[in-house]
Amino acid sequence: MFAWGVNCRNIRQHNMKVSVNLARGLFNALKTAPPALARSHFTYYPTTATSDKGDLQKMNMFQAINQAMDIALDEDPSALLFGEDVGFGGVFRCSMNLRDKYGKQRVFNTPLCEQGIAGFAIGVANAGATAIAEIQFADYIFPAFDQIVNEAAKYRYRSGGMYDCGSLTIRAPCGAVGHGALYHSQSPEAYFAHTPGLKVVIPRGPIKAKGLLLACIKDPNPCIVFEPKTLYRAAVEQVPTGVYTSELGKADILREGNDVTLIGWGTQVHVLLEVADLAKKELNVDCEVIDLVSILPWDRDTVCNSASKTGRVVVAHEAPYTQGFGSELAAYIQEKCFLRLEAPVKRVTGWDTPFPHVFEPFYLPDKHRCLAAVKDIVNY
Amino acid sequence: MFKITAKASVSAGIILHNLIDPTKNALLTRLMRRVHFTAAELPRPLAPSALHDRYENGVITVAGVHPNVGLEQEQEQTARVRLQRGFKLHRLSEGPDTMVSLTQAEAVRYYRQMKAIRQIEAAANRLYKERMVRGFCHLYTGQEACAVGMRAVMRPEDSIISAYRVHGWAYLMGLSAQGVLAELTGRRSGCSCGKGGSMHMYAPNFYGGNGIVGAQVSLGAGVALASKYRQNGGVCLALYGDGAANQGQVFESFNMAALWQLPIVFVCENNNYGMGTSAERAACNTRYYTRGDVLPGIWVDGMDVLAVRSATEYAIEFAQNRGPLLLELCTYRYGGHSLSDPGTSYRSREEVKEVRRKSDAINRFRELCLDYGLQSQEQLEEIDAEVQTEVQNAVKVARSDEELAPQYLWADVYAQNIEPRLRSVYGYDLMHARSKPT
Repeated sequence: MFAWGVNCRNIRQHNMKVSVNLARGLFNALKTAPPALARSHFTYYPTTATSDKGDLQKMNMFQAINQAMDIALDEDPSALLFGEDVGFGGVFRCSMNLRDKYGKQRVFNTPLCEQGIAGFAIGVANAGATAIAEIQFADYIFPAFDQIVNEAAKYRYRSGGMYDCGSLTIRAPCGAVGHGALYHSQSPEAYFAHTPGLKVVIPRGPIKAKGLLLACIKDPNPCIVFEPKTLYRAAVEQVPTGVYTSELGKADILREGNDVTLIGWGTQVHVLLEVADLAKKELNVDCEVIDLVSILPWDRDTVCNSASKTGRVVVAHEAPYTQGFGSELAAYIQEKCFLRLEAPVKRVTGWDTPFPHVFEPFYLPDKHRCLAAVKDIVNY
Repeated sequence: MFKITAKASVSAGIILHNLIDPTKNALLTRLMRRVHFTAAELPRPLAPSALHDRYENGVITVAGVHPNVGLEQEQEQTARVRLQRGFKLHRLSEGPDTMVSLTQAEAVRYYRQMKAIRQIEAAANRLYKERMVRGFCHLYTGQEACAVGMRAVMRPEDSIISAYRVHGWAYLMGLSAQGVLAELTGRRSGCSCGKGGSMHMYAPNFYGGNGIVGAQVSLGAGVALASKYRQNGGVCLALYGDGAANQGQVFESFNMAALWQLPIVFVCENNNYGMGTSAERAACNTRYYTRGDVLPGIWVDGMDVLAVRSATEYAIEFAQNRGPLLLELCTYRYGGHSLSDPGTSYRSREEVKEVRRKSDAINRFRELCLDYGLQSQEQLEEIDAEVQTEVQNAVKVARSDEELAPQYLWADVYAQNIEPRLRSVYGYDLMHARSKPT
């Protein structure tokens, strides 16, 4: 027992040194490398469409989201789309051409007032119309936090079902983009996961983004879609042009494996897929990669089945460590699968600091840190 | 060490000025004037090699030295200028002076400061296009008269807070061009040691540099309350834009300021566009100086540095003695919202060119100086060259200086932890540090 404990500590220290050395190496590489090297920390892994809903068309994520909103506005005459600068197409071009097609009465700009946008959207939804509100960056959602948490999430509950803002969907671009610094890179999903009454989803690519957005719009509960902004252009897939929805509350197993379960969402999924390849090549470890997709409600069955199968789980997310959504996963997995776990659940996340400006490459849970975690958990 | 050097050299200049009769020796006076007018009257910062591991940066405090001190001696030439456009008043019977005086020294100073800001923004633009500056960069080009005019009458006890278009303000509040540009490129000699970037620059009595628009106005109200509490007579200038003028917290601040009679001036820098949305499409009432309701307001031509100066002087005195008020500075930005916005998808190039031609702040002031005989063409060109050299040197440093070490990623999260370490993946082993000495 004592020897085992000593062994663990040494390995931990060794792996800490490994990570620091890796970081140092990366720092040295970055110092001499051209700025392009630091642009993205992930490689995109496209998903192949499985549904037969219409022809496939190559598009990136903002085009897929555009198409989803086009369909929503077309099918539902009461649907409204509004937010800051959505009229001319939006800062990420998600609402291109929608104002021309559906008119200024249905697609319109709001002034700079997130709390007003959220409150207004909740009112619209309560009255029965479909509201698609855009918050320009997830970092700006905090003035609206009171409205979303105190009004939207609790309306059905406190009115005994008489009123609800189920036709409310809020879209916000989230996540690191390489140069966003403190206020254009945050991932606030954990704050909203703590609020019963809401649904929170994060797509990993165009096919998923279109399906989830359509599902959220049709879902009779207030939903928030956090779209990873770095994937708007980087993620290109063959997307079905028809109408389809992805199931909310269902995680996707992107790769089957027997040794370690890797769980992530959004951009991190692609980092984990690369880590799975590297683990197979360098460590001969077979990783199962799960995209959680839905933060609230999250797919307990898929995750626990996988955890029971492999016995080792690594959760990775960009948000800070303390009280990030990984903590909820870790707590639940150890509660339900304790005897089948071979090692404690490991979380690879951003540090407990504000999202940094120049230090972003060291902050993000990139493939080096995730691989180190896989190595550590396998050797536990 | 920095503070003593700064004070000593400025005091030396003042003493020399007092001893030597300026009317007799124009050349010597001009040479001595350089003691005052480099880097917006502050001494040049130390070269990076002189900075030691405590990361002292380009911030130089010249506390207690008002920009105008020592210059009353120069009575060479004072012009009486009638302002081109008057003021519009809300709930005020009389407003600021429309007949202002301008001394030669002041003319040099304002011209130099505006030119320096213009050059710094141009340098930031170039660095951004070369990808030496990453992230978001919001330029102040075109709005220089607002900052220079307000700074001209700020006293040492006054403070200012703004949103993110602050490179000009950072420069005027005591940072050198190097402190600003090195912060943009994320280097050690930047004012926040590279941790903040373009949007988060700070200096003594300059509270930034804030990302979330509208939030800084409530902070400004708090700063004003602190000044009132400390009874130092200080006034806070809380700046916000036409876009942020529609945020709820701005109106909450108006209400609190009026209730508690805070010494605050709310300044709306109305450049007519909130990112891509023109003011008429975002606001039901575009007369932003009236939106304080019971708070008095003044509309000012923000492209005229003397008008801004006159209005701010009036406003500071008003805020100290009669309560809070609003200023609306009608100005224009030539660039886009930030450097990732070309600025032409929501307005025509002709409009920008027209404004540049007719109301450019620097050109207007230049012509004014020439017309009133305060400066000659050669003297102005001399200043241009000086400013150019200063900014070029700053760019050199900004390119070549080193970055903060990775350990400073987890510095400055708290004042001090009960446990000195922050949590990392493997346990509590990230050593929390401070990047500046307390």
